[in-house]
Amino acid sequence: MAVELKPGARFRSAVCEAEVVVIKAPADPVDLQSGGHPMVPIGDEPPTGLSAVPGYDDGAQIGKRYTDGTDALELLCSKGGTSSLSVGAELLVLKDAKPLPSSD
Amino acid sequence: MHVGMLLQMAADGMGERVALGSRTDGTTVAELAARARRAGTILADMPGERVALIDLNSEAVPIALFGAALAGKPFVPINYRLTDEQLRDLVARTAPATVITGEGVADRLGTIPGVELLERKEFLERTVDPSVAEADPYGGDPDSVAVLLYTSGTTGAPKAAVLRNRNLTSYVISTVEFAGAGEDEAAIVSVPPYHIAGISSVLSSTYSGRRVVHVETFEPHVWVDLVRAEAVTHAMVVPTMLNRILDVIAEDGGGLPSLRSLSYGGGPMPLSVIERAMALLPGAGFVNAYGLTETASTIALLGPDDHRRAHASDDPAVRTRLASVGRPLPTVEVVVRGASGTALGPGQRGEIWVRGEQVAGEYEGQGGGSDDGWFNTRDEGHLDDEGYLFVHGRLDDVIVRGGENLSPGEIETVLLAHPSVAAAAVVGIPDPEWGEKVVAAVVPAGGAEIDEDELRAFVRAALRSTRTPERIEVRADLPFNETGKLLRRVLREELAIRFG
Repeated sequence: MAVELKPGARFRSAVCEAEVVVIKAPADPVDLQSGGHPMVPIGDEPPTGLSAVPGYDDGAQIGKRYTDGTDALELLCSKGGTSSLSVGAELLVLKDAKPLPSSD
Repeated sequence: MHVGMLLQMAADGMGERVALGSRTDGTTVAELAARARRAGTILADMPGERVALIDLNSEAVPIALFGAALAGKPFVPINYRLTDEQLRDLVARTAPATVITGEGVADRLGTIPGVELLERKEFLERTVDPSVAEADPYGGDPDSVAVLLYTSGTTGAPKAAVLRNRNLTSYVISTVEFAGAGEDEAAIVSVPPYHIAGISSVLSSTYSGRRVVHVETFEPHVWVDLVRAEAVTHAMVVPTMLNRILDVIAEDGGGLPSLRSLSYGGGPMPLSVIERAMALLPGAGFVNAYGLTETASTIALLGPDDHRRAHASDDPAVRTRLASVGRPLPTVEVVVRGASGTALGPGQRGEIWVRGEQVAGEYEGQGGGSDDGWFNTRDEGHLDDEGYLFVHGRLDDVIVRGGENLSPGEIETVLLAHPSVAAAAVVGIPDPEWGEKVVAAVVPAGGAEIDEDELRAFVRAALRSTRTPERIEVRADLPFNETGKLLRRVLREELAIRFG
């Protein structure tokens, strides 16, 4: 189920502890998933009894940024979990970010 | 994103690390988060729409900054060094508000309509009271205002720069790796809380997991002692601080063995000071950061490798980059525009414009300077052919002599290159014939004798004669504010009396 994403919007996994916040969103709706199931907007009650689909159980790490490989979608994992983030069936990948020297 | 989330993520991911104070008995990240959430409840219940703070550096700064954000009220740190009258003016502008006050501040403020005072000590005590409810840690609207900072107003009345939650968080997540600091790292914060670097250091340190040691107010011996005692690894200083720190370590010969990264910014730093620092602190990597209040801190930086490469190079084009502010952050666009608004090529001087998620460019009551997201820094500068940015000074400081625009920064650079000159400032003063004339003030290096005519000839040999100061005053110091900004208006008035 594709939903419209807005920067700052937060979602949680229906199968694990993972939470994300949207950093960058494409104009078109996105089928955001965790563990192979649709993610739920924070504040909504997640469905119960679901478990991660095999192949979507590699985890999401707190503080890491994830993208769909394009520059249009970027999420920040704000709470780590055991299942993988995806758009539809396609797994999200870690954003390659070069560390900058500390300036403050 | 909301700044509350930065702290909550830190509490979730590294709650046991020390966030503030000494390694043995400091406040952990989890404790800081709990205290900020209680502060969120306390400050939401206090009267007023804003939370101001008039105080020295302490643990109250991060607790109040995050607490105000969680209360949904802008945090407004105000300069305690202002005169009583200026202070009361700014507080009246900030009303209706609750003001967290340091020692002696309540007496200076008296009674101001719409202003409720809360002493720092009482505020801090309430944040450790477990009976106070903890506010929702994630905060609300990313578009809401997180911080209002009164700009220093070295040339006019202070303006309130508006920084929204999304500006500050986008700066942090694009420049700082979450939990990226080693467990042994510690940062010393000596810039005052009403400076943008004071705000960004709270956010960056929290998100990276780097322990913070506060200096109440900058004093070079206190600073050096604390760096040694607390094994500080990271520091940020403004120009006026660095030479005084170097004097202390040159005198006692003790060095700063724990220091790995020294970042400087907030104004032009003389090349001679950087070279002296690199010699006295061989173990430290140097970072020159360029940013403005309106851009939520750093937008370009010259990193440790750039410093070493420039320092070691025989190629003048590479060597001169030591005087640059490095390259723009990957998430920030920088262009230099000419007077007609067109983008200029490498080497051409013009106005520095920036664009990016962290760039706020907005003032209270005036809205944003929306030009497709571009913000005019009002700084003059140029890019070189590899994208290194050179900043020459404020456009508002440009001297117009007989229709010719002269940049004080260019003339100051030449004056500073003279071996007898430690500090230099160039201003225009009214002149009946030319509109303005160029005059300078210089501070001699280590007891050197300065001959005015010889120094003028030195400038004339490097620049055109129209750029040569007509008069040069030799004096013991220049008027700087406490965050290292030259008070040009003050100097202009003094030199106008002397040479007008």
